[in-house]
Amino acid sequence: MGHVVVDVMLKSEILDPQGQAVAGALPRLGFEQFTDVRQGKRFVLEVEGDVTDAHLAAAREAAERLLSNPVIEDVVSVHDLQDEDRRDETEGSAR
Amino acid sequence: MKIGVITFPGSLDDHDAKRAVRLAGGDPVDLWHGEADLKGVDAVVVPGGFSYGDYLRCGAIARFAPVMDELVPAAQGGLPVLGICNGFQILCESHLLPGALIRNDHQKFLCKDQVLSVENASTAWTRDFTAGQQITIALKNGEGCFVADDATLDRLEGEGRVVFRYLQGNPNGSYRDIAGVTNERGNVVGLMPHPEHCVEEGFGPSVDGLAFFTSAIAALANV
Repeated sequence: MGHVVVDVMLKSEILDPQGQAVAGALPRLGFEQFTDVRQGKRFVLEVEGDVTDAHLAAAREAAERLLSNPVIEDVVSVHDLQDEDRRDETEGSAR
Repeated sequence: MKIGVITFPGSLDDHDAKRAVRLAGGDPVDLWHGEADLKGVDAVVVPGGFSYGDYLRCGAIARFAPVMDELVPAAQGGLPVLGICNGFQILCESHLLPGALIRNDHQKFLCKDQVLSVENASTAWTRDFTAGQQITIALKNGEGCFVADDATLDRLEGEGRVVFRYLQGNPNGSYRDIAGVTNERGNVVGLMPHPEHCVEEGFGPSVDGLAFFTSAIAALANV
């Protein structure tokens, strides 16, 4: 089976109280280098067989209609989970 | 006047809303999220609570309930609709009202008596108030911060579609102190505070909530 990943983030102009709370906690753990935190959502949609272009198109529509609210959020990425694995391998071999 | 009150899985305040309708002189009618049927009502209240556990985003899943397939076109056609708290969130997710509600800026659930100004006393749900009137009703939510982009906020203010504003301090970070808004026709109103809890002496800070419901009944009588 395949998996389509949908990443959703709050628009930059929208206040992110959760991200701010996380940003406030990081220095208490000694992480002083992160000047801001924005928190988003990641959805993983499972399909039968390999992910096709039609699956990606349907996921994009679902992302716009249900998974995100375009008033406050942007769909930043809709992609095949396998592409992440391939990218990780590429990055791994480059190191 | 028959005023429907929708019950979703996780609705909390549907019974108080029905009681408020009755005390205002209307006939409350049960509407069920799973039935695409408005039962011929003259107006609808979308009540507060935590529909579908507030999963995904508040109101995001309720927006696609079968009853909403009937409510959205009816509201666009002029049916008076009041969204309270989670109901307001559902109406925003349905794009019947502009903007969205996100988590309170201070991250805490808040429950208090809230002073509001009535900015627009000509909607279907506020005509028994006077513009500029101060009212005090209950406010209780965790995700009551009203947000929209600047162009939308400017348009709402320019068109008189900000119906309520918070007074004596902004309780949740809502942009421009906005507590409630209306659509272009003035038949759909949403707000975070709870008028249905403030309709009887001895319960809550006032009986200021009653005028929401008498307003709708009067608006319907004049049609």
